Amino acid sequence: MVPFLRKRVVSSAIPLLFVVLGVFFLARMTGNPVDLYLPLSATPEQRADFSAAQGFDDSVPVQLWHYLTGAVQLDFGTSLRTGQPAATMVLDAFPVTLQLAGVTMLLAISGALLVGSLAAYRPGSAIDRIAGLLSMTAASIPDFWFAIVGVLVFGVSLDLLPTSGTLGGPEVWILPVATLLIRPFGVLVQVVRGSMVGALSAPYVKIARSKGADARRVVFGHALRNAVTPVLTVAGDLTVALVNGAVIVETIFGWPGIGKLMIDSILQRDFAVLQAAVLLTAVTIFALNILVDVCHALLDPRVRQAVPA
Amino acid sequence: MTDRIEPPSAADTPPAPRPPRWWLLLGRDRLAAVASAVLTLVVLVALSGRLFIGDRAQRQDLRASLRPPSLDHGVYGLLGTDVLGRSVLARLVDAAGTTLSVAVPAVLCSLVIGSALGLWAGYHGGVRESVTMRVADVILSFPSLLIAVVVLYVFAPSAMNIVLILAVTRVPVYLRTARAESAELRSRLFVDAARTFGTPSRKIIYWHVLPIVLPTLLTVATLDFCFVMLTESSLSFLGIGIQPPDVSWGLMVAQGRQYLGTAWWIAVLPGVAIVLTTVSATVLAAWARLATDPAQRWRLTLPRKRRGATAVPTEMIQ
Repeated sequence: MVPFLRKRVVSSAIPLLFVVLGVFFLARMTGNPVDLYLPLSATPEQRADFSAAQGFDDSVPVQLWHYLTGAVQLDFGTSLRTGQPAATMVLDAFPVTLQLAGVTMLLAISGALLVGSLAAYRPGSAIDRIAGLLSMTAASIPDFWFAIVGVLVFGVSLDLLPTSGTLGGPEVWILPVATLLIRPFGVLVQVVRGSMVGALSAPYVKIARSKGADARRVVFGHALRNAVTPVLTVAGDLTVALVNGAVIVETIFGWPGIGKLMIDSILQRDFAVLQAAVLLTAVTIFALNILVDVCHALLDPRVRQAVPA
Repeated sequence: MTDRIEPPSAADTPPAPRPPRWWLLLGRDRLAAVASAVLTLVVLVALSGRLFIGDRAQRQDLRASLRPPSLDHGVYGLLGTDVLGRSVLARLVDAAGTTLSVAVPAVLCSLVIGSALGLWAGYHGGVRESVTMRVADVILSFPSLLIAVVVLYVFAPSAMNIVLILAVTRVPVYLRTARAESAELRSRLFVDAARTFGTPSRKIIYWHVLPIVLPTLLTVATLDFCFVMLTESSLSFLGIGIQPPDVSWGLMVAQGRQYLGTAWWIAVLPGVAIVLTTVSATVLAAWARLATDPAQRWRLTLPRKRRGATAVPTEMIQ
């Protein structure tokens, strides 16, 4: 287990490094923040002062050095927009996204395991066909459209749910989570169904049945454990997409999460906040991928032995 | 010992069973048939629709502002009008062209580049494989929205640039699939045989590996078409995709959003168009996965009632 983990950590650290470096250069390609923050009438001296104060005068390698040394000490500089430390802003926004992503994936995975297993139990049955069409539709609906139609129907016409904001009881969660939920749910139902159909026709399931195990034990005890590996991989990828920014949902429903923070920082050339936000999400995704691999190894002894290149 | 094994004469061997014609298979699956009809319609509209509507998608008529869908105002009033009195139907037709002209080239580019690189990396293995896969990891772990925003800021948000971004961010998907399949195929007997005969590796990949991987790749591409279409409409919705006066389905939803309470049809109808197209592509991809897999194809030749029921033997169904 330990050599497996070590190899895995080393091989995923390289992309992490590239992301950290890449965001630095990409951010600087979007333009000079000085033009955005000073009025058009600013004198050249004022511009020069502002640049010097913010460190934009330094050469790119020097700026990169400041960024990297700061990042190691967990100091990401201050935001141009608000004057707050970038790390504080990012740490305020991140839990919001994490909560949304966590609740969504929990519901999506448990729902998909149930519906997918039911569909796979009798391939070609009415349940299977309904689940198939439902999941394909769910996986193909544009989330922004689903969100605004949801607001139109439940917020405006029926006046049941709040249209935006995070203040209030559990009802503020319903529309954002539902919007985030549809795509992962649809995709996962298809994956669960596909791999369960395979697992249910495997010899060990026949043996379990012939030994008289009841249906629930066969499906959830024997088949599901072996069918869950591809589900884990896909669920990991879907969670990465959620952590990377539920930008659309956060924008439409006014949730102050990391996706909204990132896109605002790009639009406002707030490099410090952008770098901190991307670094935090990249590290989270890195940890998430490792976690998925560890789960793989725990579930499947073959993965544990075959140390990946 | 003395018996010589007679070579079987041509008359004795039954003719190899021909794979069933694909349109017959399509006809057997009603859902897939409907899906392919919808997709054909969308493609036809996208290709030729602009010839019929002329400048209708841009023509303003403020007296006809925010007309609900009705039968009273001719073909162009069928689906209502937007705030400037432009026909929603004409704009949907125009947008179909834009949307497909972004999604199709993006999918084709990423399919060709990703598959070629993946097959090459998987066939050769070693350093070439690990370097290619690390590059794919980097692209995948980058927030793709960030790349999109940056590139669209540095260069203008033109259709060409959107195609480019979508293509680059989707390359890893094909790369991973192609690499995995080709790494598995490289140790198969027929590939070994070709190598023994001195076939150059470029030709082995093209003649022996590609034909086997191609159905999988095409299925992935059909699914990815949905994803690319959804991403394009999200970008347009956020204001960094297709720019007015051009129009795409995602942009139409964004433009209709502020009239949601008073004129629902402006934002809802383009969304319906997106959903119909993407669902059709998904259904067709699911069908193609069965139809191109020789081990599964028989399922589609069965009458509807019995199809699939044999995957789990009947005695197991309580």
